[in-house]
Amino acid sequence: MADNNTQAGKKGTTRRDFLKNSGLTVGGVVLGGAIGSLFGVNNTTTTQETAPAAPALTVNPAAALMFFTPDQYQLTQAAAERIYPKDDNGPGAMELNAAIYIDHQLAGAWGINSKEYMAGPFYKAEETQGSQIRILRKDLFTMGLAALNTHSNKTFQANFVDLEAEQQDEILTAFSEDKAPEISKVRSSIFFSLLRTLTIEGVYADPLYGGNKDMQGWAMRKYPGTRLSFAQEIQNSDFVQLDPESLTSHMGH
Amino acid sequence: MATKLPKVPVVVVGMGWAGGIVSAELTKAGISVVGLERGKDRNTSDYMMAHDELRYQHREELMQDLSKETITSRNDEKTRALPMRDYGTFIVGDGVGGAGSHWNGQTYRFLPYDFEIKTMTEERYGPDKISADMPLQDWGITYDEIEPYYDTFEKMAGISGETVEGFGYGVRSNPYPTGPMLKTPIMELFETATKNLGYSPYILPSGNLSEAYENPDGISRAACQYCAYCENFGCEYGAKADPAVTVIPVAKQTGNLDLRTHSNVIEILNDGSKATGVIYVDTITGEEFEQPAEVVVLASYVYNNVRLLLNAGLGKPYNSANQTGSIGKNYCYQVSSASSMLFFEDKEFNLYGGAGALGIEIPDLVGDAFDHSDLNFLHGAGIRVTQYGNRPIANNVVPAGTPAWGAEFKAASIKYANSYFPVKSQGASMPHRYNYLDLDPEYKDAYGKPLLRMTFNYTDQDRELVKYISKVTHKIAEEIGADIIQTNEEQGDFNVNKDTNTHNTGGVIMGADPETSAVNSYMQMWDAENVFVVGASAFPHNSAFNPTGTLGALSYRAAEGIQRFLKDGGSLV
Ligand SMILES: Cc1cc2nc3c(=O)[nH]c(=O)nc-3n(C[C@H](O)[C@H](O)[C@H](O)COP(=O)(O)OP(=O)(O)OC[C@H]3O[C@@H](n4cnc5c(N)ncnc54)[C@H](O)[C@@H]3O)c2cc1C
Ligand code: SF4
Repeated sequence: MADNNTQAGKKGTTRRDFLKNSGLTVGGVVLGGAIGSLFGVNNTTTTQETAPAAPALTVNPAAALMFFTPDQYQLTQAAAERIYPKDDNGPGAMELNAAIYIDHQLAGAWGINSKEYMAGPFYKAEETQGSQIRILRKDLFTMGLAALNTHSNKTFQANFVDLEAEQQDEILTAFSEDKAPEISKVRSSIFFSLLRTLTIEGVYADPLYGGNKDMQGWAMRKYPGTRLSFAQEIQNSDFVQLDPESLTSHMGH
Repeated sequence: MATKLPKVPVVVVGMGWAGGIVSAELTKAGISVVGLERGKDRNTSDYMMAHDELRYQHREELMQDLSKETITSRNDEKTRALPMRDYGTFIVGDGVGGAGSHWNGQTYRFLPYDFEIKTMTEERYGPDKISADMPLQDWGITYDEIEPYYDTFEKMAGISGETVEGFGYGVRSNPYPTGPMLKTPIMELFETATKNLGYSPYILPSGNLSEAYENPDGISRAACQYCAYCENFGCEYGAKADPAVTVIPVAKQTGNLDLRTHSNVIEILNDGSKATGVIYVDTITGEEFEQPAEVVVLASYVYNNVRLLLNAGLGKPYNSANQTGSIGKNYCYQVSSASSMLFFEDKEFNLYGGAGALGIEIPDLVGDAFDHSDLNFLHGAGIRVTQYGNRPIANNVVPAGTPAWGAEFKAASIKYANSYFPVKSQGASMPHRYNYLDLDPEYKDAYGKPLLRMTFNYTDQDRELVKYISKVTHKIAEEIGADIIQTNEEQGDFNVNKDTNTHNTGGVIMGADPETSAVNSYMQMWDAENVFVVGASAFPHNSAFNPTGTLGALSYRAAEGIQRFLKDGGSLV
């Protein structure tokens, strides 16, 4: 992908090149720590070239489940695809591996609300006081998935994954508008916004997290990803389209 | 039992801008300082994977761990305050650098009007202009007195900008140390439109360096690359002014700073009029230590500055019923709802690039630069266009009426991804009798100490300001010309999970009168002369500008005061 980069010379700019070109002098002055450590990594970057050739990967090893059951995974894929469907712009959430992303997030620290204030008591909140929910995200999500199926069966006598797209939309709309039953006293719209947020993240977060497959989420919106500098582009009155680069391009520099 | 450590001259609680500046100045003068910081140590090597929107912006990598402590909030006294359980509006800093690592770097000075707001308002409009429920106060310092400290702060941080003359802006003793940031096409659109309307746009002052810069302490930093991972992120180039790449390394280099990270202060030991030291917990091992000191400096951000004092019983807590006491008083925020969104059908801008302090603004409607005789509000707002870089998870703005998900949403969010920007505003926040901070009666932090309780809502003053300013944003948007313009004219209720910035102020306010303020103009407590409380907690109201330039200036003044106090003792005023 990087080979047909529309900006010649952009590709392959490393931090070291950047620093070399930026005219920053290193000797004699106190430098912010990392500039020093940047130069410190010089020696290690060459080892890659001499390493024996690794077997070529044909599949992405990160595209496997660490949290969901297969059923939960398929249900998440189907629901996320309705939030962000495949269209003329390009792939939808399913192809972009948003459900893999969601699986990985719920399996980790975020799924168990590790950085949230979780001490009780949990009172009913005013709209302006933020959510007051005791249930952990990973549990709310799987309970929400079960509720999607329950509501699908009640409305259309079939599981969510077996519904037509329009029927799926109807179910999701009911959830988003609190017209579906509460999930253990949590409004259905709260589960819906969790699903929506996770889908958007799964489509647009760095591929490092398992979604945004091949940076196609970024490419659709002409987002160039995580490049070192946009000092030239931002002055240009024409739109400058660059191929996306992800965080892996920052490794080994 | 806490392990008692040997006494030191100065202990500083918190290592953000306030604590970093105080530590650098004192250690340069040969004074030994123990710096206690609850988070980890940081330098730019922590930022090598910083271009990660999910980790830094949406998983709040650099922010306070809310599982350990948070605030509780309510809109009024009748409501039970509840904890902010996950991140919403306030993304408070943690670790060396504090919020100064993940801030944007917009670095303004407040106006001469701000420092003497009560006197100047009454002089121009008469005493009735200020409502009885608005405890508006002069700051006990004038612009001319604080100017040299602004100058010092700006030189240390290398602020890039252009001088504004007139509009009630203070006179500068020196130009900005570096020239203004680049001007992008959307900034040019704003510039042309506002000039056509008779306004005087200027490039906003920036702590993202416009050019390589060496400061008076010998710290060299590279120029900003407009990399777009700025607000919420740390800068791997050191281009963004951050305590972790400026004042902290300087303090470390003196050999006089004993920096202890993962050290959470839970108590200020005192006898009511003098502090003897602090108790802190090693957050990794759980061990408790007592650190005795001559001088205790609180630089733990507005919230913990107030909370530590209230938990220690230092100073008189504010009481809204009879408006006595000062700790917790005049908590202010900012008023930023007035804005107009512009959508373009067939124009695309390079909005993926940008910097935290890249923008352009008009000075015409801040402070008292315009006549308020017939207006139901005081002060005003900076109206601006900024370009921070539109990262894709956070920026999916679609015209009103578009569904929030599904096919239409996807198509519209992609169509407009590079084709929208707002003309927005940041308005001043005046104090109100019933907007204050105190201790929560129910919720506690991980160490068993009461959380801080915020009672706050927008006032009539704020709603009137938003109505007025939003009309101007609309006028500017029309002059720019766009296919769709959507203007927000309403200021809703304060919502702890929705509002927009971390510009909290007040609670330990400065002034000339011990009855109505908590600290003097050196940040020295009236009620405990060896306690200095540094930060935006000292602001008696919040201006229309981002706060850090002003709190940085006050930190330099505090450092000067602490040196004098160590020599001579007693009250500094
Ligand atoms: C996203 C964002 C963008 C911003 N952009 C701007 C901007 O463009 N311009 C501007 O002027 N301002 C901006 N601000 C505000 C600015 O960051 C703050 O005003 C400034 O950093 C405050 O400095 P401080 O030293 O007072 O507090 P902090 O930076 O918060 O530092 C306080 C330190 O104390 C530590 N601490 C707290 N409690 C304890 C304890 N009990 N024991 C030990 N340590 C403790 C904390 O961990 C922290 O490191 C922004 C803020 C945010 C969050
Ligand atoms: S925008 Fe500039 S100052 Fe901000 S992080 Fe990027 S290079 Fe640093």
